Amino acid sequence: MTTGREYEGMLAETIRITGDGGDEIGAYMARPLGSGPYPAVIVLHHMPGWDDATKEITRKFAHYGYIGIDPNLHYREGPGSPDDVAAVSRAAGGVPDSRCVADVEGTMEYLRSLPYHNGKIGIIGFCSGGRQVYLCAGSIPDLDAAVDCWGGRVIASADELTAQNPVAPIDMTANIKAPVLGIFGNDDQSPPPAEVDATEEELKKHGVTHEFHRYDGAGHGFFAVDRPGYRPVQATEAWGEVWKWFGKYLRA
Amino acid sequence: MCTWIIETAEMYGSGKGADGWFRMNQANVYYDHPYDAPLDHALMIDFVADPTKPGNRVAVEISADSARRLIKSIEVALQTGVDGHAHDLTGADEVVHAG
Repeated sequence: MTTGREYEGMLAETIRITGDGGDEIGAYMARPLGSGPYPAVIVLHHMPGWDDATKEITRKFAHYGYIGIDPNLHYREGPGSPDDVAAVSRAAGGVPDSRCVADVEGTMEYLRSLPYHNGKIGIIGFCSGGRQVYLCAGSIPDLDAAVDCWGGRVIASADELTAQNPVAPIDMTANIKAPVLGIFGNDDQSPPPAEVDATEEELKKHGVTHEFHRYDGAGHGFFAVDRPGYRPVQATEAWGEVWKWFGKYLRA
Repeated sequence: MCTWIIETAEMYGSGKGADGWFRMNQANVYYDHPYDAPLDHALMIDFVADPTKPGNRVAVEISADSARRLIKSIEVALQTGVDGHAHDLTGADEVVHAG
């Protein structure tokens, strides 16, 4: 609850962190200007790149009292504009899963070095970033909370596996320690509702703490305020679930 | 849907990118969220010379209906042009690939 008398401020900037293989990669970080301690949320961008929308969401986390950090998963394909390096990544088959996981682990290590961090780390991603959230939740045991927003291809058939994506994230469910929040539109076809149901069943089967929220009248990417698929009512409700989830698991 | 799955087509020709004209050799075609066009999804084409070099491309992001109209226009223009220039059908593709 704000009183309108508190000081509000944030610092948003690009930084360099150490990722997979000791590589330096870029990240966009936004944090409240205060002594903290603040919980942190890693924000994974989608396949089209380290874009303005993801950076805006990163700042949104800072506004709500989190350290938001958006590692550039396409950094090695640069330098270049986010759309150009995304095109290079796409032509090469996408971000290798092992590299993504190690980049996220590097991001976590950086966060833990910050004097104003409370020690808790969540992760959220959208679209392919949602898939990567599930992948990271199944690969990194010390994540404290995860939010998968319409991640497609969590379930993948053998012929969909590639050198970059050798394992379907669904097959890592037994290893997930973090509580998982899922946000999905019922009009989405990637993932379609049946896959969302199957993913939830797998989480139940392995006793993973989770909540899945499905929204009628919403398709894929319904948080995107600058796209026709934006659904303000559903998006507002779903953002409310995101704040409750991270509040419960990262502020305790 | 965010997909890294692309269709590729071998190209011979030139494209004009940020640094001027360049000789392209491949088109990467995919349907995903566009970076710039205010659409949920778009048909994207990157005309490239070397897909490992950022910025070395001519990029378009167009709606699905636009893409279908473009296909028809290309077919019509191509047929009209080929009919009108039947005398010089020796294609550069053949010349290049023969080498």
